[in-house]
Formats: sequence, C-alpha cells, structure tokens
Amino acid sequence: MNYVALKMLFGDRAKYLMLLAGLTFSTMLIVQQGSIFWGLMLWSQSGITNINVPIWVTDPNINQVEEVKPLADTAVTVVRSVPGVEWAMPLYKGLQRAKLEDGNYQQISLVGLDAATLIGRPGVTLEGRIEELRDPDAVALDQWAVDRLGGPERMKIGTVFEINDHRARVVAIVQTQKSFQNVPFVYTTYKRALRYTPPERRKLSYVLVKPKDGIPAEALARRIAQETGLGAYTADEFGWKTIRWVLKNTGIGVNFGTTVFLGFVVGMAIAGQTFYLFTVENLKQFGALKAIGASTGMLARMILLQSFTVGLIGYGVGIGLATAFGLTAGRGGNLPYAETWPLLVGVLIALLGICAFSSAISIRKLAKLEPGIVFR
Amino acid sequence: MTTQPSEIPEPPASAPLVHARGIVKSFRVDHTRIPVLKGVDLDVAAGEVLLLVGPSGSGKTTLLSVIAGILDADEGTLTVLDRDLFSMTEDEKTAFRREAMGFVFQQFNLLPTLTATENVAVPLLIRGLKKEAAFARAIEVLKTLGMGGRLTSTPSHLSGGEQQRVAIARALVTEPRLLLCDEPTANLDAETGHRVVEALCRVGKRPDRAMIIVTHDTRIFEFGDRLVHMDDGRIREVQHMNEEELR
Repeated sequence: MNYVALKMLFGDRAKYLMLLAGLTFSTMLIVQQGSIFWGLMLWSQSGITNINVPIWVTDPNINQVEEVKPLADTAVTVVRSVPGVEWAMPLYKGLQRAKLEDGNYQQISLVGLDAATLIGRPGVTLEGRIEELRDPDAVALDQWAVDRLGGPERMKIGTVFEINDHRARVVAIVQTQKSFQNVPFVYTTYKRALRYTPPERRKLSYVLVKPKDGIPAEALARRIAQETGLGAYTADEFGWKTIRWVLKNTGIGVNFGTTVFLGFVVGMAIAGQTFYLFTVENLKQFGALKAIGASTGMLARMILLQSFTVGLIGYGVGIGLATAFGLTAGRGGNLPYAETWPLLVGVLIALLGICAFSSAISIRKLAKLEPGIVFR
Repeated sequence: MTTQPSEIPEPPASAPLVHARGIVKSFRVDHTRIPVLKGVDLDVAAGEVLLLVGPSGSGKTTLLSVIAGILDADEGTLTVLDRDLFSMTEDEKTAFRREAMGFVFQQFNLLPTLTATENVAVPLLIRGLKKEAAFARAIEVLKTLGMGGRLTSTPSHLSGGEQQRVAIARALVTEPRLLLCDEPTANLDAETGHRVVEALCRVGKRPDRAMIIVTHDTRIFEFGDRLVHMDDGRIREVQHMNEEELR
C-alpha cells in the first residue's frame, strides 16, 4: 500500500506543495538561524581558536577570552615549573587604537606573541612572512584589519601606521576568524606589544601552555590551577566558558532560540493542519479502504509514510536553501554561519517530531473512523 | 491468480452464505434509543442476487452494514460463510471483509488521485499482492466491464457510470464470495444505472457467490432472484422473481 499512500500524497498537488512549503520553510528557518547562532558562538571564541594552543592560563576569575585580567610577569616562570609542562609562553592581548593615514582612529585587538617561537601565530599567512615580526616595528594584520584600516590598496606589505603613537610596519597579512566584537587582529611580538601599550603594573594577559607528550591537557590544566592558584583551562573548556558567558550576558540565546522555536511551531502548525485537512477531506476514501479490509494499522502506516516522505523532502530542500544562503551570504567569512552536523541531526529530529505530531492527529481521526461512513 | 481466500471455510452446499436470525439494532440519538432493525431473519443462498428494497429509514443500509461486519447488532445471530460474525474481534472482521467480501458504494468512493487500474488494484494491494500482479488482474477485470479504454483515467475524468464500473471492478477483483452493494445506481441516470447493474450481474453473478443489493431503483428489479421488502425495521415481504412475475 506504500504505492497508494504516495500516489495519494503526490496526487493532491496543492496540499502536497503546501505541506512541503511549510516543512521546507521550517527547516530552512531553523537551520539558517541555528547556523548563524553557532557561527556567532564560534566568533565569540575566535580569540582562542586563532591562537590554537592546548592550555590557557590566566586569572582564576576570568569569565571569557576577551575579558583580559593581567597577570604578574612571574606567572610564566611559575607555570613552567609545574611538572608536565612542555613549554609555557607569554601572550599579550588587548584593545588598542591604530591611527590611520587620514588621521582617523580604528580600534584593534593587539596580540603579542613570544618573539623566539611565535607560538600562537595564525595558521595561514596570506601575504609576506610572519617570521619577519621579529624585525623592528613589525606587525602582521589579519584580513579584517586590512579592510578596516583602509583597504588592500592602502594597507599592504611595507605600509607604516601608528599604534598608540608608536610606529608599526606591516610585514605580513594573515588569515583569522573574525571576532565576535568585529575588532580586527594585529599581531606583533610580546615585548613590542608591551611597548605599544600604556604603562601598567601588570601586562601579561595569558600564559600559553603545551603539555608534555602523553599528558592529557585536562589533567595538566587541573594541576596548574592547583599548584599555581591561577585559572587554567583547555582551549575547549575556555571556549565553552566564553560561550556560556555570551549566552548569559547577551540576549543572543533567547533571540535565536525564539526564532528557532517559532520555526518549529510554524512548521508544526502548517504541517499538522494541512495533514489533518488532507485526512479529513479523504475521510470517505479512508472509510472505503477500511470497509474493504484495510486495518487501522495499515492506514496508520500509510499516513506515516506520507508524512515522513514529505518531511524528508522538505528537510532536504530546506537544508539546500539554508546552505545556499550560507554559501552566498557567508562567503569570505563575512557572516557568522556554521552549519554543523549536530545542528542538522537536531533539525532532522525536530522535523521528524513535527511529522510524527502531524501523523498522530490524523491517525487519531482515522482510528475513530467507522467504516460505516461509506454507507451514509 | 490466487485471490480466493484460503482460510474462509467452504460452507456446506445446502447452507446459505448469509444466515441472520433475530437481528435487532438501535441507535442512540441524544438520550433516546431509536430502533432501526426489529428482529430481522434473512438467508441468502449461494448464486443468489438478493435485492433489499424499501422506503428510506426502513433499515436496508443498516442491515447491509451489520452483514458486512461494519456495525454490531444489539441482538441476534449472524453467520456469514459459516463464520459467526458477532464473535469476531474488529481486526478479525476487517480481515474477514478483506478476504471474503466486495463492496459497491452509492458514492463510488474511489481514490481521486489514482487511475482506474490503480483504484481497482487497491484491494489486492491491501492483501499484499505485488503491484505488477495486482495491476494485471485489475486490467483484466476492467476489460470485462468494458473499461479497457479508460485504464489510466482518474475518477475526475470518468462519467458517473464509468466510475461505478470501476467501483464494481474494485469489488470483484478479489473474487469475493459475498458482494454487498449500497444503492449502486442512486447517482446514475436510469439508462446508465441499468447498464451498470447489467454489467455487475453479468460479471459478478456466480454459482458460489451471493450478491445483496440495496436499492430504490425499480428498473433494476429484473436482475434480482429475490426481492426483500423492508419497512420499519422489519422484512414485510419476500418476492421470488421469475420471468412470469416480471411480466
């Protein structure tokens, strides 16, 4: 009877398209909003992912990566003394002002790396050589800084500008993930970063750590925290800590959650109502099927097949449209858009839930249907 | 083709296919019970075409529904093909209808998105037959009813008479032992109705099969072997039809 069920579904073109449109819209809305939400969450921890080290050591009361609470310079040595530490390097991170050629100022996120190792440097260098950061006044800009500071015509290898009235010369352009605050990254050495910044008693933002081979990052982080009294987190833990802070302190979670919920409700309402109408309008036909020997179980299987078929088609089309949106609008990393498999699985489960709900109200109607309806 | 059910026992040659005694049925409307069948006794023999006639509200369709196992009677006994219908569960009755009965409805009740062939194949698909085999058998039956040229037409592209022929083909495709027809000509003009019932009897009448037709249409009385007049929930008169009487 699968054939009959599918012919009934596809044959009633208007209802089928209505149903498909509802489920497609619902899928697209949930996937698109969910992907933008997760993209924003990834941006919120870009300060961590761009540096790409296993363990971050910082003030124990820190809430998130952009909230720097400076440490004493001795923290590096203290951390290096903890058993299991392969290396520990200082990192400066802070918001500074760059003065443009036209006299305007632009806020930048200045990152100071250990000069000897350049640990924490971005993985992709688009132009120039990042190793030249060791040269006098050298800085590396990320692709967003190039745009913000005047565009590729003005900001290129060899361009000179000022950071807090200190000379800075571009030696490399690197690729990074955009930050949540949309502030571009400018890289330099740790010592030069301290020179660029106003005098403070403490300037060390983070100590970056790698565990020795065979020592789990989680275990070493716990040990560093225990032995030094500092806050120590794996990159993953620090990323989630940052995400939790963003969710707690901004309206993003509620905002996107509401939209996703509305997508779910709209999908459920349209699919449920259309499917119910489809059943009600075919009640006599279903009654005839019952009269000629189709069991309620068989009719229920037909309904489920119809519902899940249109659901899966709507899922496919919806994801296709959302992906096309992501590829178009999010091209070049300009839009926070991260379509992940857990999201797609989650949406699939939600959609199957919508289909199950739609089927259930129709099956309930059919279960109560007396085949005697055909004699009236 | 093995559409003849294997689990339906062959009744003894002399036994009627339908044996109903003292059938009582009432419906509750608000807080009042309205009696519809008031003790109906009826036997239908193999090979017989029985016409149930009578005014509206006389209980014809209710009796048909009870015989079909679609409605439960309040009192009485009923055996169909030697099976006690009142002792069956709903699932057993559904399976029994699937295996032993065919139905022709007043309003055809064809699935609007299926072609004539597909509609006729539905009872076979319900029985679990493969699509190809079901379609082949459906085409065979449709051709015997003169519908060979409309195999791929959907109901909306068929006339009333053609739709009823498709419905008849659907009822006959499983070669049921008992064919139940509810006002099969009610939605057809006189000439079409006559032709449809003629086709129904030509193809459907068999020595081992009984046919019960509920009708108001006096022009199809000639096709019946017996005319059962119902009124006020009771059988008032039974008329054996033969050529002499028809004259």
